[in-house]
Amino acid sequence: MKPPPFAYHSATSIPEAIQLLSKLENAKLLAGGQSLMAMLNLRYLHPENLVDINRIPELSGITIDQGRLRIGAMTRQQAIKASAEVKAAAPIFAETLAYVGHRQTRNRGTIGGSLCHLDPAAELPALALLHDAMVTVAGPRGERKIEMAAFIVDYMTTAVQADELVTLIEFPLWRAGHGYGFAEFARRHGDFAIAAVACLMESDSEGRMTRVAISVAGVAATAIRLTAAEAALIGKVAGPEAFAAAAACCADIAAVGDVHGSAEYRKKVAAVMLRRALTDAQSRMAKNG
Amino acid sequence: MTLHNIKLTVNGLPVEAAVDDRLTLADFLRHQLNLTGTHIGCEHGVCGACTILVDNVSARSCLMLAVQTDGLAVRTVEGLQATDGTLHPLQAAFRDNHGLQCGYCTPGMLMTLVEFLGENPQPSAADVREAISGNLCRCTGYQRIVESALDAAKRLNEQEP
Ligand code: FES
Ligand code: FES
Repeated sequence: MKPPPFAYHSATSIPEAIQLLSKLENAKLLAGGQSLMAMLNLRYLHPENLVDINRIPELSGITIDQGRLRIGAMTRQQAIKASAEVKAAAPIFAETLAYVGHRQTRNRGTIGGSLCHLDPAAELPALALLHDAMVTVAGPRGERKIEMAAFIVDYMTTAVQADELVTLIEFPLWRAGHGYGFAEFARRHGDFAIAAVACLMESDSEGRMTRVAISVAGVAATAIRLTAAEAALIGKVAGPEAFAAAAACCADIAAVGDVHGSAEYRKKVAAVMLRRALTDAQSRMAKNG
Repeated sequence: MTLHNIKLTVNGLPVEAAVDDRLTLADFLRHQLNLTGTHIGCEHGVCGACTILVDNVSARSCLMLAVQTDGLAVRTVEGLQATDGTLHPLQAAFRDNHGLQCGYCTPGMLMTLVEFLGENPQPSAADVREAISGNLCRCTGYQRIVESALDAAKRLNEQEP
């Protein structure tokens, strides 16, 4: 179908975008448009105004400093996937982004758009949660920073207010040589995940895990951290036995089923994905004996 | 409804137009510029039939507004062949390898593969399958499309000096 009628506005600076959002009735931000445009064409949404933020250059860019990866909200997913800098500091990004839509949608789709849309099966919110990312939001009352865990409020609902926009996402980087793994099961490449698991891992010289983060997408109403599995792994020697115990924690996820997979099925798939992701993470950890 | 004046290039030629707020890029190309080579399958970003290049990178034209292309360079399937009508090596490879049946998905396949082969001159069949994973074809079973893409890669490599 065709989108319903709306008035189009293009902002060229962050203050202008905030001003438009504050003054216009029932306005929606247009970022990469890879979800919003589809929802408009399907007439799921009827905004009176669209505020396009594609012409705000300061919203895009990738920098790494002081152990933090800083990504502007309008940075295209493909730009993050292709960045050699990101690949060197946080290789899980390129691996995960290969599962985000298709090349044609990654060319337009943005990281901020994905976080704000907050589809339960989306990979980028899971990556942000995995890293305890900090999201900067700008609005008429100034700027505020929100931890990713608080940014996620509920199913497709974020802590961003209607007159605010996300400007920056900061990811604290893990130690060089950390292990990482991402595993996803979907019916076809690029489809929404039935279950996806991302993990990061560090260990001591004996192979005992000292730091582990695990996040899951596609199973619960939002991306979640699997804190029980993380706790079960700390202090254990990385290997099949410990990983099997962690995978058992997937049974306790508050899973949501739909036509593509029941809640039970998703939990089972998540357990398999978790084992695969942990195994990859272990094999990729630098041997720091 | 407001009309917005936009200036862009389409297949290298300058275009000036007045477009409605909610006109998608796909409909602008097809209805206002009569470039009906760009096909519309689903209108919600799933089938890939509407794939075009915007500033040299692939995009789904059903998920962009025409007004957003002000100042940008758009390339459609009509821009692939040479000015004398010689087919682009990718088009020739599709013709020779039976890479299309009804042809509905073909413009999107071609525009996706133009970008892909530009970056991956020596792809494997698996690479090609991943590259066209966002393009649905209801006729060919994809086998001939993959063969066409691999043949096109060979032709493009031979063409390079
Ligand atoms: S018509 Fe655009 S992706 Fe199907
Ligand atoms: S040739 Fe008919 S849809 Fe692909």
